[in-house]
Amino acid sequence: METFTPIASLTGGIIIGLASVAFMLFNGRILGISGIVGGLVDLPEAQERNWRLLFVLGLVLGGIAFWSVQPSAFEMTVQRSPVALIAAGLLVGFGTRLGSGCTSGHGICGLSRFSKRSLVSVLTFMAAGAITVFIVNHVLGGSL
Amino acid sequence: MSKSDKKSFVRPEVVAFLAGLVFALGLGLAGMTRPGKVIAFLDFFGDWDPSLAFVMGGGVVVYTLLFRRVVKREQPVADVRFRLPTRSEIDWKLVTGAALFGVGWGLGGFCPGPALTSLIPGGTDAMIFVASMLTGMGLFRLWDWRKQQKQEVCAG
Repeated sequence: METFTPIASLTGGIIIGLASVAFMLFNGRILGISGIVGGLVDLPEAQERNWRLLFVLGLVLGGIAFWSVQPSAFEMTVQRSPVALIAAGLLVGFGTRLGSGCTSGHGICGLSRFSKRSLVSVLTFMAAGAITVFIVNHVLGGSL
Repeated sequence: MSKSDKKSFVRPEVVAFLAGLVFALGLGLAGMTRPGKVIAFLDFFGDWDPSLAFVMGGGVVVYTLLFRRVVKREQPVADVRFRLPTRSEIDWKLVTGAALFGVGWGLGGFCPGPALTSLIPGGTDAMIFVASMLTGMGLFRLWDWRKQQKQEVCAG
């Protein structure tokens, strides 16, 4: 069971918001992870590629840095088979590109800009996620 | 050289790297890199953990307060213009894409940012997820490209 962490989560959210708005201030772009990474998968030319690569490198190295001070932040407390993870990854990859965004681009930046598209996206992926978790946890018993 | 063409001494690549770094720390602190916590947030009919509502709340409040001041500027600090989304239509792609994403998010407990942040700390689970996510993005590119080709054939 997960413990309620309002202070840490709020602080983390504020840091995420600051990084996102700083990205708009300096680079003039929406900080949307699926858009940035998807733009890499599309194999762009150097000018569009390098900053995207460096952003992803920052994420990966930031993860390692946080891991070194707080390893529990990366605990896998749910049981997921490789097949379930592959299905989940394919759905997240295809879905975020088809729907032009994920939790960061639509969730943080889009809602803050009062975008109707982002509001529809967030309500839809929250509902789909909740229904999926309901089925997995309460119909299938919690493991996949 | 007009004012809007002026180049900044701040490199956008450096900004991107630092933004990724800080974003990852925020995700880790927020609890977003624990798939079990994400799933507990989506589990409204079980042991619901509302923590992640505070992540989105904190991020949205900060962004809302600062965004409009930022885009009042003539141009961003390290680039020549702001690139903001312009579409406003609610179409099947937006809704279907979000629904597919939501199902995958609920299945694995990972969305794109936390998955990449967990790439090394999250072990094989995170690596399998990230490889599949990149594949899914590639499949979208392929599907979208084939669709465009068909349209061109029809139009021609």
